[in-house]
Amino acid sequence: MTQTNPAVARGRKPKKMSPARYGLYGLLVISATFFLTPLYVMIVTSLKPLEEVRLGRLFSLPADITFDAWIKAWSTACTGVTCAGISPGFVNSVQITVVSVLISVLLGAVNGYALSFWRYRGANVLFGILVMGAFVPFQAVIYPLIVFQREIGIFGSLAGIVMVHCIFGMPIITLIFRNYFSSLPEELFKAARIDGAGFWQIFLRIMMPMAVPITAVAVILQTTGIWNDYLLGLVFGGRDNQPMTVQLNNIVTTSYGVREYNVNMAATILTAAVPLVIYFLSGRFFVQGIAAGAVKG
Amino acid sequence: MTNGVSIRDLSLSFGSLSVIDTLNIDIQEGEFLVLLGPSGCGKSTLLNVIAGLLEATDGEVWISGRNVTWEEPKDRGIGMVFQSYALYPQMTVEKNLSFGLQVSGMAKPEISKRVARAAEVLQIEPLLKRRPGALSGGQRQRVAIGRALVRDVDVFLFDEPLSNLDAKLRAELRVEIKRLHQKLSNTMIYVTHDQIEAMTLADRIAIMKGGVLQQLDTPQTIYSRPANRFVAGFIGSPGMNFLNAELEAGADPAFKVGASRIPAAGYSFDGLGLVAGPVTFGVRPEHVAAGEQAEKLPFVTDVPIEVIEPMGADTLVWSRFEGQEFTFRIDSEHTYRVGDQVRIGFDPARASVFDASGNRL
Ligand SMILES: Nc1ncnc2c1ncn2[C@@H]1O[C@H](COP(=O)(O)OP(=O)(O)OP(=O)(O)O)[C@@H](O)[C@H]1O
Ligand SMILES: [Mg+2]
Repeated sequence: MTQTNPAVARGRKPKKMSPARYGLYGLLVISATFFLTPLYVMIVTSLKPLEEVRLGRLFSLPADITFDAWIKAWSTACTGVTCAGISPGFVNSVQITVVSVLISVLLGAVNGYALSFWRYRGANVLFGILVMGAFVPFQAVIYPLIVFQREIGIFGSLAGIVMVHCIFGMPIITLIFRNYFSSLPEELFKAARIDGAGFWQIFLRIMMPMAVPITAVAVILQTTGIWNDYLLGLVFGGRDNQPMTVQLNNIVTTSYGVREYNVNMAATILTAAVPLVIYFLSGRFFVQGIAAGAVKG
Repeated sequence: MTNGVSIRDLSLSFGSLSVIDTLNIDIQEGEFLVLLGPSGCGKSTLLNVIAGLLEATDGEVWISGRNVTWEEPKDRGIGMVFQSYALYPQMTVEKNLSFGLQVSGMAKPEISKRVARAAEVLQIEPLLKRRPGALSGGQRQRVAIGRALVRDVDVFLFDEPLSNLDAKLRAELRVEIKRLHQKLSNTMIYVTHDQIEAMTLADRIAIMKGGVLQQLDTPQTIYSRPANRFVAGFIGSPGMNFLNAELEAGADPAFKVGASRIPAAGYSFDGLGLVAGPVTFGVRPEHVAAGEQAEKLPFVTDVPIEVIEPMGADTLVWSRFEGQEFTFRIDSEHTYRVGDQVRIGFDPARASVFDASGNRL
């Protein structure tokens, strides 16, 4: 026993850095470095002129900083035949994401609410099917969906791609909302029914105002998922609704002569910026919502 | 006289589990009925059926002379107060009170009039702008009552409204609910498993066990003439003493407990009358006298003191009578010690006797 601290125990206990703590911090630093190194390389490369990139000094800071690569990536880089940068893709992605997120979150919320409070006949079966839907690999249903959309004439349109995102987002969003609503006291629902409120009134005026944190979670999940999607956008977007990810791929793969690494890097960062910004802005909200669902569910 | 609420042949089962079994209760207009029973006996379920939140498997529910078995909760003329208050957390107290009225499309001035009146009755005017999160338990409960009050209903349903509160607040709100009932005089059905609440509030108490009505009567009758052994043991604290006895018929009928003979002459038999055989003889601890007061009573004996429990107002003594556990209450100013022999006496007229299947004789 060491007698280094003979003072009486009183008030706040002094914090000590134990070896385990050093180990923990060490591990954190290492993993942060591991994930941040590629980002660092991307950023410095995108700020270098092409000649400097060719020198191959991956980790050195740019000698003279230039934003030419960023401007080119945004507005003049060639994505196949057209050379307007990835800005059209950005606009497409915003359209697709906003519409799909709105619709899928709203539908998921209504589903979850109906499943947890209005226990109509067959609700459990329906829920089982929905949960199973969450595990079906979407590659397996792409072809039937294409045929279906072609038949009803929305293949390749904004409506088509939005519909696909809503279908694939539905199970998980429904699940999230159902679990959240199940954690609310049932007496609240009963009280509202005695007050005479109907299906929609209870949903809009009682339940949704209480579901703000979980709605934030759903919106974030869907936004990042849809924004980062490549395959569905490529297949269902058609020529006019290619999302940013598809155009990014086109920039990176179509190169006449020299590979413009700085432009590629800039385009990649631009594409990844949206989900990153969302995480940074709403990180705390997100964690709160997840915790609320997890503890009570 | 129309009935406030009538339950007719009501049954309810969840799958194969029968929770309520052909229940019949008539509750008069303006009556305060308390549903009392152990946990899981179906009290909340019954209340939910009356409110229209659960569908009955069979039977009818009548409210104010109307068959409402198939009606929506809002059309039944009931207001309900829940154990967990169930206030809408994101609305102010005022909104909580007015929500139901708004939904029904009532005009604004009428809504504010009603909210103001309810707030005045319940003395929650200073709280109207607050949210439920910023209220104490008692205040929340008052708001929950207010929500039923503004709707001007014929029947109030309370599901253990006070069980989340501490003992002192519970006593206060209990009196307030009683006052409220005297003022409004509408029908109230009140679920609890607190027998003090039941005894103090009720015009009549319905005691349930396993979804079956055991006894429906005034608090005094239930206390002094319990219909069966379950009711006798459920009401009263500390519980009634139950002695295994043998009823002897003849010219001088008596309850034989071990070697002792308790004269049965004073006991008024119900229904079947005097049938010889094994019985359970029940006597409440507070109906047993000790010391000098015991001498005058029809039955007197001496018992040894095993444990003494001072309870403040009086003292509970644990002893043994003919080898069977026996408790009685004495004045807290006493000089007994553990091991003493003490003279006790009681009057068989105040006892309750049950046959082998537990029904009152
Ligand atoms: N949705 C349900 N499905 C199946 N069984 C249920 C359901 N709701 C209640 N029960 C059962 O019905 C019985 C009665 O329940 P109820 O809630 O009416 O009891 P209670 O008398 O109110 O008890 P407590 O005093 O604990 O509130 C219990 O055995 C309970 O397990
Ligand atoms: Mg209950």
